[in-house]
Amino acid sequence: MARKLPATDVVIVGLGWTGALMAEELTAAGLNVVAIERGPWRDTSTDYPTTIDQDELRFGIRLDLFLRPAQETFTFRNNLNQSALPIRQFGSFLPGNGVGGAGVHWNGQTWRFAATDYKLRSYLTERYGAKFLPEDMTIEDWGVTYDELEPFFDRFEYISGVSGKAGNIKGEKDPAGNIFEDPRQRDYPLPPLDPSYAMTLFDAAAKGLGYHPFPRPGANASRAYTNPLGVTMGPCTYCGFCERFGCGNYSKGTPQTAVLPVLMRRANFEARTLCEVLHINKDAAGERATGVTYVDAHGEEFEQPADIVLVCAYGLHNVRLLLLSGIGEPYDPATGQGTVGRNYAYQSSSGARLFFEDKRFNPFIGSGVLGQSMDDFNGDNFDHAAHGFVGGAGISCASTHGRPIASSGTRAPGAGRWGMSWKSQVASTYQNTTGISGQGSVYSYRDCYLDLDPIYKDRFGRPLMRMTFDWHDNERKMTNFIAERCTEIAKAMNPKTVQTNRLSEHYSVVPYQSTHNTGGATMGDNPKTSVVNKYLQSWDLHNVFVVGASAFQHNAGYNPTGTVGALALWAADAIKNRYLKNPGPLVQA
Amino acid sequence: MTMRRAVFGLIGAAAFAAPAFAQDLAYETIEKGRALVIAGDCVACHTPPGAKPFSGGRAVETPFGDILAPNLTPDRATGIGAWSDEEFVRALQQGVGRDGEHLFPALPYTAYTKVTRGDLVAMRAYLNTVEPVHNPVEPNQLPFPFNMRFLQFFWKALFFTPGEYQPNPQQPADWNRGAYLVEGLGHCASCHSAKNILGGDKAAMEGGTLQNWFAPNLTADRRVGLGAWSEDELIEYLKTGHTARSAASGPMAEVVEFQTSKMPDADLKAMAVYLKDIAAAPAVKATPLAADRADMQAGAALYADNCSACHVGKGEGVARLFPALAGSAVVQSDDAATLLRMVLQGSRSAATDAAPTAPAMPAFDWKLTDAQIAAVVTYARNSWGNAASAVGAGDVKTMRNALKN
Repeated sequence: MARKLPATDVVIVGLGWTGALMAEELTAAGLNVVAIERGPWRDTSTDYPTTIDQDELRFGIRLDLFLRPAQETFTFRNNLNQSALPIRQFGSFLPGNGVGGAGVHWNGQTWRFAATDYKLRSYLTERYGAKFLPEDMTIEDWGVTYDELEPFFDRFEYISGVSGKAGNIKGEKDPAGNIFEDPRQRDYPLPPLDPSYAMTLFDAAAKGLGYHPFPRPGANASRAYTNPLGVTMGPCTYCGFCERFGCGNYSKGTPQTAVLPVLMRRANFEARTLCEVLHINKDAAGERATGVTYVDAHGEEFEQPADIVLVCAYGLHNVRLLLLSGIGEPYDPATGQGTVGRNYAYQSSSGARLFFEDKRFNPFIGSGVLGQSMDDFNGDNFDHAAHGFVGGAGISCASTHGRPIASSGTRAPGAGRWGMSWKSQVASTYQNTTGISGQGSVYSYRDCYLDLDPIYKDRFGRPLMRMTFDWHDNERKMTNFIAERCTEIAKAMNPKTVQTNRLSEHYSVVPYQSTHNTGGATMGDNPKTSVVNKYLQSWDLHNVFVVGASAFQHNAGYNPTGTVGALALWAADAIKNRYLKNPGPLVQA
Repeated sequence: MTMRRAVFGLIGAAAFAAPAFAQDLAYETIEKGRALVIAGDCVACHTPPGAKPFSGGRAVETPFGDILAPNLTPDRATGIGAWSDEEFVRALQQGVGRDGEHLFPALPYTAYTKVTRGDLVAMRAYLNTVEPVHNPVEPNQLPFPFNMRFLQFFWKALFFTPGEYQPNPQQPADWNRGAYLVEGLGHCASCHSAKNILGGDKAAMEGGTLQNWFAPNLTADRRVGLGAWSEDELIEYLKTGHTARSAASGPMAEVVEFQTSKMPDADLKAMAVYLKDIAAAPAVKATPLAADRADMQAGAALYADNCSACHVGKGEGVARLFPALAGSAVVQSDDAATLLRMVLQGSRSAATDAAPTAPAMPAFDWKLTDAQIAAVVTYARNSWGNAASAVGAGDVKTMRNALKN
């Protein structure tokens, strides 16, 4: 029997980016907030100081900072006709664990989804006609507009310390930045990082082909920086240990370096770590949540009553918690009815690898964000009418890292797979290779979804969540197109050889691809096709807000964290300025 | 303003015996006392981590053994609730306990004796308002013979000059206020003055070693003191714990967090004015060690690998985040205790409302050998304009062992 604790104003499930941002906003507004985090407390100087943060074996290979499948995993199948099996080792995506969540070990790339993304169905229908979209494509409008979100994008970029160059300030375009971006109110808080050699070659080649490359933006501080909350970050040292690693130099925008020092000083905030929420509780009428039940590290169960429940875990966990708590109607692909689990999406990757003979790329100089990108073929920045597909990809030449173990996996064409021949090519390839990659959109489909697994259970006896997903022809066509563009630019850089990388025939959960899983608790203006309204508020229980990439109706060719951060601040603003004044549905269904 | 309202309150209370006015007086006194208790940093010793404020029992380490700080809450049985104001004033000004016994100078009465009676009564008034906690504490945990309180009589005869602070009429009001705070309630000399073998002050404010920390020289010496610091820098340091060149950590982080960051700006300014006016002893000519020494060369390589990511290539640091090593008093002090312990054990800097980041230095004890630490520390002490004596592997070993205990 769970022990009932004194009530609090707000309980937050998960203390990563969204939980920390919303807790900061709501404690500043005077609310008492309790955050419940499944993983451990994590702190820069104790958990990943400069003395250990570049331990590739520990963090990069053994995945020290990540979720263990024994804590929670998923079952997976490619289609409705298969039986799903549990993922026993995370591969294609790596969920985070602990305070800071994936915000601890992300690269830092901070983008804004395009204005067209929030009205994707109506926009594409208007431009290309309804018949242009595949019949089973279930993209929707998100119910919110870019203009509404712009101030919150801006705030997230200033909190997390983004380095970059604006390409469109209030409509005034600057070719030094991304001319395809939607208008922003001001430039990034920090100038771009210094470019790597590979980036300069890409930049020249792309410009020669008439494209519009720019330094990609992200939360690796190019200079020392004090954010609007008063927290100070140090300049990036280009050590190249960002993704999968914590930053010991206080240079990467994370909840730890941007929000928690302020939040943890607040008397009206409390974080409970190593505590896993089992389910959200509902009142008898099923109109409100009454709080959450969680289990601590000793196995003791507690009920934490709260007036507001913020579901701020990783997107996939958010969806599972709704399903386990019986909030909303589970999606059924057979009928198309129900919403929870609907419109799960992923990202597609393709590109080109370039092998030179006489270069010294010095890939050990890198940072998670360091890269030159172009948006000429992202989203709907180009006319799709002749191509027969929708969507696109951001194309980048990046210098994120030169980690020894990971880099040794790159094999030049014709090189041996083992022994002396392999060794000598590793030594030369390390300095002589670079890549161009396309990070592509994946739109949503009727048969790509999340539900509870009928067989497999977790350590608490709760059903695992089942993922059903595969690539669709639209994405195959799109990534082929992007792979060709990448190859074209690669050739313009004059390497000795170019390898073109295309989408695998079927999606596999084994090789690492991207942790950008989206959807399942989507936002929108229609309760029949979304789980939450435009303020991330549950259509079913008005005091539950579900925040994260779970709200995305589809996935775009951008890293999601910028949009996730903006949505969290947008939702916090709605709670502060709308919900508290008149608790109830903020949008009438 | 405070004084005027207090006086008005007195007259009001006398003339009309109106309780409202009396209460107003009490509020003013208690608020004044609260600020003074902060300025005296009483909470630091009298509150163990996680305990109720002022409930006592935290061990104050001295070279002679531990002394537990007593319970200062108004609990009549175990706190000071039954004490009269006179007894309270006598304890702080004369180092005499309620039963007439001599107090150990772990209570810095050599400094508190300078506090005016009026201020002490106000502090007492504030302490009367905190939550009473029943917590019996036997302060005297010292081994024989240091536990013999009567010996304090002789100690006092040698090292204690009782008497309230007497303003220096030659100096402006803020200088005098600063002196009153620094020499009195602030009891800065408790750490920043070297102690003789019996624990009495010698060489005022020229730095002192306590609990394996070296509290730097606060005189105007440019190399190892505050000579290169501006008043504004000092104020920023005391208020936020961080400046462009420095960060408070170790015991000073506690001082900033509990005490100086909560003091009024005018008092910090006064302290800065006074501190900037403490004359230095004649500077010792210091020449940097030759860069081609073996330890300097090894130190340069170790510095590049282990330190430069934060403290940057030429020891310039990052403002308000990673302290500068170039020009640092902590780095160049003759006594390298703080430097060695920071490298061995790491340390978290102060967190304040104005500078909440609280960056921390990681520990290197598991990563670097005694000889490596000696080399890198010697390098930092003799590079980028710094000059100081070499540190040997034996010094590192001594500190490593001391920190294990």
